[in-house]
Amino acid sequence: MNKRFLMGNEAIGIGAIHAGVHLVTGYPGTPSTEILETVARENDGSIYVEWSVNEKAALEIAAGASYAGARTMVTMKQVGLNVAADPLMSLAYVGVKGGMVVVAADDPGPISSQTEQDTRHFAQFAKLPVFDPSSPEEAYLMIRDAFEYSEQYHTPVIFRPVTRINHSCASVALEKPIPQRKIEGFIKDSSKWVIFPRLSYQNHILLEERNEALKEVLSSYRFNGLEPAKNMTGNPDRMRIGIATGGASYAYVKEVLSTYGEDIPPVLKVATAHPFPEPLALKFMKELDKVIVLEELDPVIERELVYLCGKHHLPVEIYGKLTGDVKNAGENSVESVGISLAKIFGRVMPKTELYSLPELPVRPPVLCAGCPHRASFYAVKTAMKGKKAVFSGDIGCYTLGNAKPLDMVDTCLCMGADVTVAQGLHRVEPDAINFSFIGDSTFFASGITGIVNAVYNETDIVLIILDNATTAMTGHQPHPGTGKTMMGAIVDKISIEKTLLAIGVKSVVTVDPLDQKASVMAVKKASENTGVHAIIFKAPCIAVTSASPLYTVQEDTCIGCMKCIRELGCPAMHMDNKKSVIEPSLCFGCSLCAQVCPVDAIKGGEK
Amino acid sequence: MSMNCLLCGVGGQGTVLASRLIAYAAMQKGLEVRTAETIGMAQRGGCVVSHVRTGDEIFSSLIPLGSADVIIAFEPAEAVRCLPYLKEGGFMIVNDKAIMPISASLAGSDYTAEKMLDFLKGKVFNLRIINGEEICKSCGSSKVLNVALLGAATSTGVLELSVEEMKAAIKARVPEKFLALNMKAFEACM
Repeated sequence: MNKRFLMGNEAIGIGAIHAGVHLVTGYPGTPSTEILETVARENDGSIYVEWSVNEKAALEIAAGASYAGARTMVTMKQVGLNVAADPLMSLAYVGVKGGMVVVAADDPGPISSQTEQDTRHFAQFAKLPVFDPSSPEEAYLMIRDAFEYSEQYHTPVIFRPVTRINHSCASVALEKPIPQRKIEGFIKDSSKWVIFPRLSYQNHILLEERNEALKEVLSSYRFNGLEPAKNMTGNPDRMRIGIATGGASYAYVKEVLSTYGEDIPPVLKVATAHPFPEPLALKFMKELDKVIVLEELDPVIERELVYLCGKHHLPVEIYGKLTGDVKNAGENSVESVGISLAKIFGRVMPKTELYSLPELPVRPPVLCAGCPHRASFYAVKTAMKGKKAVFSGDIGCYTLGNAKPLDMVDTCLCMGADVTVAQGLHRVEPDAINFSFIGDSTFFASGITGIVNAVYNETDIVLIILDNATTAMTGHQPHPGTGKTMMGAIVDKISIEKTLLAIGVKSVVTVDPLDQKASVMAVKKASENTGVHAIIFKAPCIAVTSASPLYTVQEDTCIGCMKCIRELGCPAMHMDNKKSVIEPSLCFGCSLCAQVCPVDAIKGGEK
Repeated sequence: MSMNCLLCGVGGQGTVLASRLIAYAAMQKGLEVRTAETIGMAQRGGCVVSHVRTGDEIFSSLIPLGSADVIIAFEPAEAVRCLPYLKEGGFMIVNDKAIMPISASLAGSDYTAEKMLDFLKGKVFNLRIINGEEICKSCGSSKVLNVALLGAATSTGVLELSVEEMKAAIKARVPEKFLALNMKAFEACM
């Protein structure tokens, strides 16, 4: 058997290739990013792969290709699905021809996200089937099933792994790939591909009928299942209680049950929370008095079971998030599942406090040593000292500019909202200077329309474009400003400067943020005038460029004032024996500390 | 048979490569492997943890508390933070150099490696403290800490992988031009 050690995201990417996918689009977002990267890496040239400008564009491109009969996959994180919601909701009514799988990765915790939204709920809302894998191995096989169902029922389907599936690795047994099918081509039929109220009404009826039928069909789906009770001792407290679960929580449940030995309860595993496999769930509940539901994010399976009990007058008590027996936020773990199960089955509580630990330093994520964003934030902070200014931030590495000592992100909402939140703040408080900070990839993804709005409506804001020549936070993906595509082509770079000028931004200045003097001057000038003014702070991310010669602190000259540490918060610097010290393995030679030192004690940078 | 190894440190220290090397070696040996890693925002100087589990009958990629056969800690405070994962009688390999978080520097914290190591000495019988900085210096690269710690962990035998199996994994996975210094680092703590 051909086995490969794969990360869940690699398993999904390779699973799609092995399902004969023709086109893959997406927008980077943790924890989904490596799926598309895997397809691009393993592509023999027969698959079209692109990082689209945002999730909405990605989904629409895939829809078009699917109309023509291609198998397509779109990848994004859960909040990306909010951006793609407009085409998705309509596409559910229009349907597809070639199989189309929308992968939206959920992030219980959340570990790297703004929300703990549950894509299974989104699937219910959009009336679309959703597949929820419980391991990387299952994800590999399930993505193929997802294509099959999509094609059979002419509908896009949602595939929603969670972080612990995306970023877990396992040895995955690979199956024989399905060869790419010849694409039939787009067949014109405006009664099918053009959405109108009448068509929506007709298709709505069909959608509801299909989903009703799928409840039955999915009850025998291979990854929905009912595992019978085992080794029952006749203990009355443990009889007639079952566990319902799905996704990553299934693995935690199995892990806990593997320690039980006897009285192993029946387990209902739900891989398709929508349409819900009702006949299977009814069969499970038939012999039970109580069910505990273990799932992450929203109580989706739990509500379905409560509903079924009502619908069929079943005297089964359902325990879970709705009853307060399972925590309603954050991710599950073997420990949390162990506690929930111990309670309901009257078992000994697992030990969780194994040691009392001494006080530990907290370690929030920070901007890297040498990160040009630190210099950009510091320049704006210096220029605005003593002035009434508000700094609206956005999603990316530069969100970390909120941390002390920089403390330069006053708001952060979602992709692109820096530009528009700043406008709202300025409308009602015009005496403040409103800055908006946006990264280069975010600028293209969702910043441009907000800037058009600011120019059109004559708002006074200062736009700060943090152009580090990459999509840094998600692992350095190319974007329209980098001149590279995922097919390996070198293409024309789209100029941020020319874009801003074309929109009508009054002044656009490009500065290297590591030249603090010039940067501070540029910020002061831009903030003095009315209208929309922009500064492009252009310096590459340290991960896509090589280090400059390093800097060191001259011990004799350093007066121990701590200005470098107190104002910059560079992780390469700390105090030792009342002097600043630069850790050479972390220093990138950015020179910012040397520019800040009041006694010129930091030297280096000479080639 | 199963083995649980937890690797912990600070983003950027190379924990992910080390966990991949263990996983690769175990896989070459025909064992079932599961791992889970910290990828994303926390990588930027935050706490990072990698779980590596080998053997049959493993469901979750995360190691349950009190179940790690060995913890490979790249930083003393992170070693302490992850101590609840160590099972009774488990091994711990810990690098002795503290990385001071910037928030601690700002707050004038008295965090030192010694305090953490003293705590560990009182709790972990099978503790091995490694002077990673010295090994890196002798190898001429600050990037070999992960392989050095891996050498120390391999020598305990608890990974259920032989020195040869681990070396084969390093040869297969580390780029040719860095191979010699990684081998030197690996052998430094044997």
